[in-house]
Amino acid sequence: MKVKNELVGWGFISIPVLLIFVFYFYPMVQAFLLSLQSGMGSNLSFVGFDNYVRLFQDTTFITAVTNTFTYLIIQVPLMILLALLLSVLLNQKDLKGRGFFRTAIFLPCITSLVAYATIFKYLFGHTGIINVLLMDISIITEPIQWLTDPLLARFTIVMAITWRWTGYNMIFYLSALQNVDHSIYEAAKIDGATATKQFFKITIPMLKPIILFTSITSTIGTLQLFDEIVNITGGGPGNSTLTISQYIYNLSFKYTPDFGYAATVSYAIVVMIIILSVIQFKVAGDKS
Amino acid sequence: MKILKQIGIYTFLGIATMISIFPFFWMVVSATNSSVDVTAGRLLPGTYLFENFGQLLESTELLTAFYNSSKIAVVTTLLALFISSLAGYGFEVYRSKAKDLVFNILLASMMIPFAALMVPLFRMFATVSNHVPFMGLDSHIAIILPTMTTAFLIFFFRQSTKMFPRDILEAGRMDGLSELGIFIKIYMPTMKTTYAAAAIITFMSSWNNYLWPLVVIQSPNKQTLPLLISNLGSSYAPDYGVIMLAIVLATLPVAIIFFILQKHFVAGMMGSVK
Repeated sequence: MKVKNELVGWGFISIPVLLIFVFYFYPMVQAFLLSLQSGMGSNLSFVGFDNYVRLFQDTTFITAVTNTFTYLIIQVPLMILLALLLSVLLNQKDLKGRGFFRTAIFLPCITSLVAYATIFKYLFGHTGIINVLLMDISIITEPIQWLTDPLLARFTIVMAITWRWTGYNMIFYLSALQNVDHSIYEAAKIDGATATKQFFKITIPMLKPIILFTSITSTIGTLQLFDEIVNITGGGPGNSTLTISQYIYNLSFKYTPDFGYAATVSYAIVVMIIILSVIQFKVAGDKS
Repeated sequence: MKILKQIGIYTFLGIATMISIFPFFWMVVSATNSSVDVTAGRLLPGTYLFENFGQLLESTELLTAFYNSSKIAVVTTLLALFISSLAGYGFEVYRSKAKDLVFNILLASMMIPFAALMVPLFRMFATVSNHVPFMGLDSHIAIILPTMTTAFLIFFFRQSTKMFPRDILEAGRMDGLSELGIFIKIYMPTMKTTYAAAAIITFMSSWNNYLWPLVVIQSPNKQTLPLLISNLGSSYAPDYGVIMLAIVLATLPVAIIFFILQKHFVAGMMGSVK
């Protein structure tokens, strides 16, 4: 009976295990072998670690990494703080319209990345509604170059991603806050702690595990950024909004295909994700 | 002082709500306006809805894309749910050291970004194309196969299985049910809410998937909705009303699911984190 069930267990897990090995681990091995080769299309020859050396001299790659990290460093903390603030406000029991606010702020999560990116592209276009409205109320006289100025284009991307994901993160914090014992706040109030102090000394430490979780998911998400960039700016102007994922795509399917080098860039992302996740665990996990 | 604070809080939440809702409002309103009105900044519903719809049907393969997206999302969801729940159940109920090790290896796959898989997967399906064309590049099977199993979904089902009462299993065995019979006849009906949440995440990620279909699909009649929208959006002379209508239509199914199953929807989005 025991032996039989042991076999049944392996049977139950067999299909997905097989699929994950075939579609995740095997391709990663292939990608590594590919990263040691160079050439156009399927005309590949073995070059050892040349591609990895090339990474460090490739200015487009460096631009893509810089852009991706700019998004990461500005957007992720901004979004997490905003989501925390909103969740604390929406966690007040006596707040009127809690359900409405919560649903409204969560709503952006139902859009597909391509859909919202396309909307943002037109909202912030040269003759887009944002410029029209700003000119109507005379805040500006000339349209703002949201998408064609290198710095502003990055800023627009950050705004777009923040719009899409803040409500998502907020929901995690709200549900964690519901498990926080309210008497802690009462005690803090009696001790004379201000709301700001309560936020930094009680709320943030209490939510640490979930903040860690959301920051890891957001980091992985940001390092993979693709849909938004392609559909809002296409990576431009120049390469000023290009991300690493988009660069891999371009290397493989847009320029003359260089699969070997594209695979090398892929490994760069994987290594970055692993390093950043470990760092985040170390930083947040120290005391717990 | 207290009133001022209240005003501050409601203003802040009001602004956040406005920012969250405005793009939706603008999208819906623009879908009913002509392209000229949209660029002029019209924020009131117009009369161009049917004209935009006619234009959309004429200039794109909207219905085909809608059918393709639905077919892929439904098939992916059904397959993913069945095999992932079977595995999550298997890992938990027939727990052993060796299986736990396999499970941990599977979890590592969650760290692999799709961008890293795209090139080797493309080459893999290019090879498949040479031998079995109907499941190689430019086929819907090529979209479904690599995306239907995620370690996350197996993890999600395993976590939920922890709550599943074991005595019921024994009762099922006493009644002479086979192990698979227990899973299908007892486990699946009991775990309805878990399945609902899992169905929502899987359906949504399939419905919204862009990068992999972009790599795989070449024929216009095999396009999915995100590809269609992206193509419309990058055209030289975009018709804003038409594009916004396409986005409304692509968003509608998910929006309907959201409003009907709000609780499951949020539970699904949050996955196993509780």
